Amino acid sequence: MSKKLSVPGVDVSWKDITPGGIVEAGTCREFKTGDWRSVKPVWKQDACKQCLLCFPVCPDSSIPINKDGKREDFDYDYCKGCGVCANVCPFHAIDMVDED
Amino acid sequence: MAFNLKQEAKKPERLTGGHRMCAGCGAPVVVRGILRALNEEDHAVVSCATGCLEVSTFIYPYSAWTDSFIHSAFENSAATVSGAEAAYVAMKRKGKLPQGETKFIAFGGDGGTYDIGIQSLSGAMERGHNMLYVCYDNGAYMNTGIQRSSATPKYADTTTSPAGKVVPGKPQSRKDLTMIMVNHNIPYVAQTSPLGSKKGGLKDLHEKAQKALYTPGPAFINALAPCPRGWRYDTPRLLELCDLAVDTCFWPLYEVVDGVYHITYFPKEKLPVEAYLKPQGRFRHLFKAGNEHLIENIQKEVDDRWAMLLKLADNA
Ligand code: SF4
Ligand code: SF4
Repeated sequence: MSKKLSVPGVDVSWKDITPGGIVEAGTCREFKTGDWRSVKPVWKQDACKQCLLCFPVCPDSSIPINKDGKREDFDYDYCKGCGVCANVCPFHAIDMVDED
Repeated sequence: MAFNLKQEAKKPERLTGGHRMCAGCGAPVVVRGILRALNEEDHAVVSCATGCLEVSTFIYPYSAWTDSFIHSAFENSAATVSGAEAAYVAMKRKGKLPQGETKFIAFGGDGGTYDIGIQSLSGAMERGHNMLYVCYDNGAYMNTGIQRSSATPKYADTTTSPAGKVVPGKPQSRKDLTMIMVNHNIPYVAQTSPLGSKKGGLKDLHEKAQKALYTPGPAFINALAPCPRGWRYDTPRLLELCDLAVDTCFWPLYEVVDGVYHITYFPKEKLPVEAYLKPQGRFRHLFKAGNEHLIENIQKEVDDRWAMLLKLADNA
């Protein structure tokens, strides 16, 4: 499949559809769901104890872990603002605020 | 086998963001928990029944899976994965595959598992394929608009079992799929749930996933996966609901290894089932005056099933 992703029916015809519908793995990364948010989580780095309890419960894989095994700031490209992480954090290190 | 969150966190993510599951959905949390139990160097072949998970994570040309993924229909994800596994075994035997291990995983919601896919699931388990089937149970056909399934809890309000003046939601009890799978006499069956941080978070799910994936032969996991739309609660409360499900014994956590039952979570204090029902809009009608007997009826069923499990378990 070509590197460029195209949306069937929008900018390609059926003739451009890949044989067998085969696509590369992990292409969802190209689709940003961050604009679904009405509230967003804000990470208070000072309060964070790096317990990592928030990262596995994010439905949208939006809490990145770096090579040292530490969490980094939210990936707002995908975060949908569900608030699950803020609710789980034992140290109140995540605030939910309105999107402006 | 012990769960070390810091170690596990360093593994690369196998379910990407950018999928179209609803905000706060429990299913991707279950999926991430299962996939994280794979050894980093192992590859996976995955298929899903066409429930929410499939139609939201695999919208052509977008795949949220970093492993191989095969599109299936609603009823045949277990058949698809078992076929892929059989082909893999044959090709490996003929030396046509590179070194390294590949794991085979099918996911289905309760509609695709308890109802529509049960024959292909039963067949795949009976044939003894080296695969894992994971049901993420959110208790209805959420994808198509919250229709009742055979996993929908008794008296839940769904669009095909609406609570009204005469009928108080779904009249029938849930099917106990986990026990049905135990009776396939397969090496590993477990019931699990993601939990809140006070109850170990993803530990129970991770440990069961690891055993299920690395025990040779067929394995089945039934995981609770709250659905904020269908259950009607505020999204941040996802893991609170899981905690309440296990503390009321509505959703007991246990595993069955070679036929031996083992309970993996005992509530410190078993809560009345109201605690689980109350935060959910789908049970709101049960709290109207005059409906106390309905809650008593649910309580009795929960108690009876828990008592049966205690009898079966080797550690009760
Ligand atoms: S708000 Fe929800 S989607 Fe966003 S990072 Fe937290 S858990 Fe993930
Ligand atoms: S749960 Fe809270 S304290 Fe723990 S890593 Fe996440 S933000 Fe930091």
